[in-house]
Amino acid sequence: MQAPAPLGPVPGSRWPPSRKKQGVTGAAVHFCSLVLAHAPDLVRYGSKPSRAAEEFDALRRRLRGYEEAVAYGPNQVFIGNLRPEELWDVARPWWKTPVSNPRPLGPFGVIIPQDELYQRMAQADRFQLFQLGASTPGRQDAVLYRDGSPAGVMRAAHDEDQSLSSAVLLENLTAKATGVLALERLLAGAGLSPSSLDFVIGCGEEAVGDRYQRGGGNLGKAIAEQASCGKASGTDVKDFCAGPMQALMMAGSLVSAGVFGRVAVVAGGSLAKLGMKYAGAMKSGAPILEDCLAGFAILVAREAEGTARIRLDAVGRHKIGSGSGQQAVLRDLVEAPLATLGMKMRDIAKYGTELHDPEVTEPAGGGNVPDRNYRMLAAMAALRGEIGREEINQFVRHRGMPGFSPTQGHVASAVPWIPHALGRLKSQEISATLLMAKGSLFLGRMTELADGLSLLLERC
Amino acid sequence: MHELSGKRAIVLGERDGVPGPAIAACIKTAGALPIFVETECFV
Repeated sequence: MQAPAPLGPVPGSRWPPSRKKQGVTGAAVHFCSLVLAHAPDLVRYGSKPSRAAEEFDALRRRLRGYEEAVAYGPNQVFIGNLRPEELWDVARPWWKTPVSNPRPLGPFGVIIPQDELYQRMAQADRFQLFQLGASTPGRQDAVLYRDGSPAGVMRAAHDEDQSLSSAVLLENLTAKATGVLALERLLAGAGLSPSSLDFVIGCGEEAVGDRYQRGGGNLGKAIAEQASCGKASGTDVKDFCAGPMQALMMAGSLVSAGVFGRVAVVAGGSLAKLGMKYAGAMKSGAPILEDCLAGFAILVAREAEGTARIRLDAVGRHKIGSGSGQQAVLRDLVEAPLATLGMKMRDIAKYGTELHDPEVTEPAGGGNVPDRNYRMLAAMAALRGEIGREEINQFVRHRGMPGFSPTQGHVASAVPWIPHALGRLKSQEISATLLMAKGSLFLGRMTELADGLSLLLERC
Repeated sequence: MHELSGKRAIVLGERDGVPGPAIAACIKTAGALPIFVETECFV
């Protein structure tokens, strides 16, 4: 019996192409939008507050109004009206030091009030489940509030399917609506029509599906549809907090390989995380600072002058066999990609890491997470002999930044730095930045591993 | 003999600090037996 022909390249074929040049350069970040939707009446539906109904009266008294949220320094940084480093010089607590002349509109972002969020959720709802003005909630439904008074109903889509409960649908609809806002702002900011996008990659932490496919997903395409991107399709990428970096890597790869010309990475806010640290706030007398849903959109296309090249030839990935210690993580995310490019840690002017607002985590005993991450970077630089131990504080100050993201999770993981970085790369204030994100895979109880991904952006 | 030798340990790690598996690996070298290892995410 004749042996089957071996698989592989056909003699004379030019496949596979040379690995040296294929798909490693040519993609760049062109624009990034960041949005905040103030949602004090949705804090009650955050995961933690929803499990503490007996404390909700006290919690309600700590909710901020829209003007107060707009004037909060970290939120002004988020939309680009302040540089992150300006927070170093603002007296803590920042919530006691409102910004003078705050604006809800920034160079790359916007802070919308709750009423506008509710309108957008109604527009994004294709199944008439989000009913403003309705007054007869069923047993399975959730009441919508405005200033603490009933204002409507979020209907469940099924009596028994928990994946279509009112709580899950509310979470997914807020993610969709804020993702749409971010994508619309991206297109407007980049001067593009919705029909110019080829593909949209969603990377939020929600789960869209029903009981037979709880995480079926593709909120990315649903967001693109709502934003009238009729020539695009989409998909979702999931990696907990590291989802956006993974999605950005994939968007860059698609563009670099010539599969698509313009790809948007998009995510809406995480309703589940609203009010997560409310107990710390109540103990310290602070307002509930986790009252805004954050969203973002990033445009990736072929590199051009003024854009930020994604160095796809030096992606840092936390490998399965590397081990979980911080040194192993930083070896994979920082040392390895820099070594590939022949760079030192001091060649990176600014690092973007987990940027959650410390005023949320410190009263709750969680410490200052951005500071912790920057100190570990500085410690690695000291271990490598690039800086002295006495220069660690200086490293943190000059190459790091204070945290300013309203919630932890996918949005906080390096993303809020991106539009600031784009401006500084374009103006040549910096020549490169390293974005680092970590994903807590262990939370899903399928692995004890975390994940991590880093991407280097450089001036084109 | 190290004070951890022969002891059973419950290990709670932090993703942005010292993760659980890293702590477990350390205490094993001191002769302890991790019976529960978990990493959380500053929640």
